[in-house]
Amino acid sequence: MSPSVRLQEMIRVIRSARTQGEERGIIQRECADIRAQFRQGDNGERSHSLAKLLYVHMLGYPAHFGQMECVRLIASPRYNEKRMGYLGAMMLLDEKQDASLLITNSIKNDLSHSSQYVQSLALCTLACMGSAEMCRDLAPEIERLLRASNSYIKKKATLCAVHIIRKVPELAELFIPAARSLLSEKNHGVLHGAVVLITELCARNPDTLDQFRKAVPELVQIMKGLVTSSYSPEHNVAGISDPFLQVRILRLLRILGHNNDTASDAMNDLLAQVATNTDSSKTAGSAVLYETVLTIMDINSESGLRVLAVNILGRFLLNNDRNIRYISMTSLQKIVQTDHNAVQRHRGTIVDCLKDQDTSVKRRALDLSLALVSAVNIRSMMKELLIFLSTCPLELRSQTASGIFNAAERYSPSKRWHIDTILHVLTTAGGDVRDETVPNLIQLITTASELHCYTVHKLYRALVKDISQQSLVQVACWCIGEYGDLLLKGECEEIEPVQVTEDDVLEALETVLQSHMSSPATRGFALTATMKLSTRITDNVDRIRSIVSIYGSCIDLELQQRAVEYNALFKKYDHMRAAVLERMPVMDKNSPGHTNGDTSGEIKEPDPSKPKPVEAGLLSEPASQVCDLLDLLGGTDTPLQPKPAPTITPTTTSSADLLDLLGGLEPIPVPTVTVYEKNGLSLKTQCDKQTETDVTVTLIASNSTQSDITNFTLQAAVPKSVQLQMKAPSGNVIPAHGLGQVTQTVLLNNPNKVSLKMRIRVSYSHQGAVHQDTVQIDSFPSLGWNCQPSINPL
Amino acid sequence: MMHFLLLFSRQGKLRLQKWFLPLPERERKKIVKDMTTMVLARKPRTCNFMHWKDLKIVYKRYASLYFCCGLENQDNELLALEILHRYVELLDKYFGNVCELDIIFNFEKAYFILDEFLMGGEIQETSKQSIAKSVEASDMLQEVRH
Repeated sequence: MSPSVRLQEMIRVIRSARTQGEERGIIQRECADIRAQFRQGDNGERSHSLAKLLYVHMLGYPAHFGQMECVRLIASPRYNEKRMGYLGAMMLLDEKQDASLLITNSIKNDLSHSSQYVQSLALCTLACMGSAEMCRDLAPEIERLLRASNSYIKKKATLCAVHIIRKVPELAELFIPAARSLLSEKNHGVLHGAVVLITELCARNPDTLDQFRKAVPELVQIMKGLVTSSYSPEHNVAGISDPFLQVRILRLLRILGHNNDTASDAMNDLLAQVATNTDSSKTAGSAVLYETVLTIMDINSESGLRVLAVNILGRFLLNNDRNIRYISMTSLQKIVQTDHNAVQRHRGTIVDCLKDQDTSVKRRALDLSLALVSAVNIRSMMKELLIFLSTCPLELRSQTASGIFNAAERYSPSKRWHIDTILHVLTTAGGDVRDETVPNLIQLITTASELHCYTVHKLYRALVKDISQQSLVQVACWCIGEYGDLLLKGECEEIEPVQVTEDDVLEALETVLQSHMSSPATRGFALTATMKLSTRITDNVDRIRSIVSIYGSCIDLELQQRAVEYNALFKKYDHMRAAVLERMPVMDKNSPGHTNGDTSGEIKEPDPSKPKPVEAGLLSEPASQVCDLLDLLGGTDTPLQPKPAPTITPTTTSSADLLDLLGGLEPIPVPTVTVYEKNGLSLKTQCDKQTETDVTVTLIASNSTQSDITNFTLQAAVPKSVQLQMKAPSGNVIPAHGLGQVTQTVLLNNPNKVSLKMRIRVSYSHQGAVHQDTVQIDSFPSLGWNCQPSINPL
Repeated sequence: MMHFLLLFSRQGKLRLQKWFLPLPERERKKIVKDMTTMVLARKPRTCNFMHWKDLKIVYKRYASLYFCCGLENQDNELLALEILHRYVELLDKYFGNVCELDIIFNFEKAYFILDEFLMGGEIQETSKQSIAKSVEASDMLQEVRH
């Protein structure tokens, strides 16, 4: 057995190890030695061995085999061994280890030891790692020490009591009487401990809080004594007398004065005195002032005092010390809602802090600046925020962008300014904005109809410069598609005119389509925009056709689908193309879930350029636009159908012309089946299968009575998984004597291929009476498609 | 209340760790790693306060050592700076012009001094002389008995 190496020698050896492996080797040897030492028992070297073990532990190596040694050392009568044992206990034992319970008895004995330094060891260890059980066991001892001992022990016992209360809140009552009397101590250490104890007691129990409110005058006295006292070398820090105690007292006063007028009044003078007289040239003074400000803002202080507090914070903002600037902004953030005007006065300084080097300061300044934006200062603030956005660190970008959008939305002075701002953000930080920005911006642009020309010009120029910011590119493509004609006209009052040719525009869109920087969604936008231009330009339609047909074999499914459909629009339905690709109507800002869930006949789409999943062959993607189209082409007299059942969403008004087009779409004549016949009103269905999952049903109503049927409306309901889209009826008057018919087309999408059923309600007026009836069609021909529905009149 | 106090070197080596909350060993190691990474990554002229999870982190560099502590929300950060400074002053008084090596080779003494200054995450004595006297007396006791 090699002779024991003293602690420092071992440390030197470990530090001289040149590699990790070498260090590990040394540590292993030393640990083996230490273990041997522990086994040897009492030989006067145990505390050194434990010290070595603790060093090894600090380097990160396992040291659990030392736990029992700690227990043994604590029980030793020798002070140096006790000291080391307790240190080991604090480092190696925590309440989860079983060995910790074993030291409870030793601690109990040591608490009544004759030497105050031994007592202090026990108290310190209990306050550091005492478990709930140990606390319960030893609480009476601690309480005794609180009352009857010298100040050295009293101050430690007080903090021990704090720990006990944190661990076992039910024991709080035990310490209340002692705590109260401790306030009359002169020793600062004890006083400080007492204030901490009272703070802890009040924080946990509102009744205790009431009790201790009576102590406010006493606390105010103590504080006054500290503030006005002459220089005391023992407690002085940079001209402040015991700032630690002052801060603690202020914190307690804050809790006691909160929501209580009497208490707040009692401390008003004191707070004013501290706020005015404390010298804040050094950190200690600033710490006291800071705590004072927090207290003033949190109690029911009079307004003069609050103004004083905000001014102190304002002064802090101008301080050279970065820490103090940071602190002041954190505090201003807390009060910006309640004392908005007071904080506004310091807006200039806050905005300057946006340019600080420190990221923490920048972050605080950003939060505060966004909170200070108002209708009055929006233009200047936005200028600053946009400059900040272009230079800010990456982690703050998306927060800045969203903040700017929110502010712009609430306070924008004009639509053009709003659009400009959003464009600016997209150009600078397009990658960091949220996804809803694109539809929101599009919706905003459509509402600003007088600015379409200006917007599309600006977006075109931005697009030509840079196609890497996806959100910007998407919006730009959409606008070019929509307002391409305005772009090509060239004149616009608000921008210098630049002649843009059709080739230029198509070139730009093609670049977006082909660039590998464009995401699939962006390319979808670009393709749709190209398609829309086919009705807005005159010369290059062939170029568009070729672009569209190329993408018909694109690997990306979405693009391929679009291209194929657009191709079909060119080839088979060219006569419809103009109508389908007309200008969008103004969108309302409804949420996407606004219309009923099951159907897809949404009239108001938040993002029209992203088509819904394909419903049926021809009219799939343009179908949704057709609905909008129907809206646009203006109403006939037919009012909107009411929506009684959750699955019904009839589309709006129509035009007869369009229905003729739709009527012309049914290529194959199919047999008509009568599903309802009553009181002279007969209803026939004609179904036509389009694809495996889609069917078009035409309902034909005729009237064989002597007088006209008026206000004729049809409502339809289908099973949950089926999507229903009702086209507008041809009219709502069925002439008598079978002289005319009303037809209405219904598109059904049945992706899950459930058995199709439909319930139809008819309502009409006839000879002055209102009639209503319901008929259920239980089965449409499924895959067989022989179109012989079975009927179940209800 | 302070949750922990760490001292580490510019290379990230831990020189002292005081925990005022019971945390499992794994958790402690993680916190130490996070703190060293965060603090060492800070640029020279930035402020001394940071945020980490729900704690306020206050750190200060003295020569080659970083002093780092974790505070709760209601604690006063500026005062924490003063606390760290007070601890450095105590070490300085005890070792006489303290440097990192003193703390490395006499780490147990650094702990003893800390235990006279802070307890349960709170300050126990606000007078420098008082603390110095107690530490001296304890040392004497150690000599005598030994």
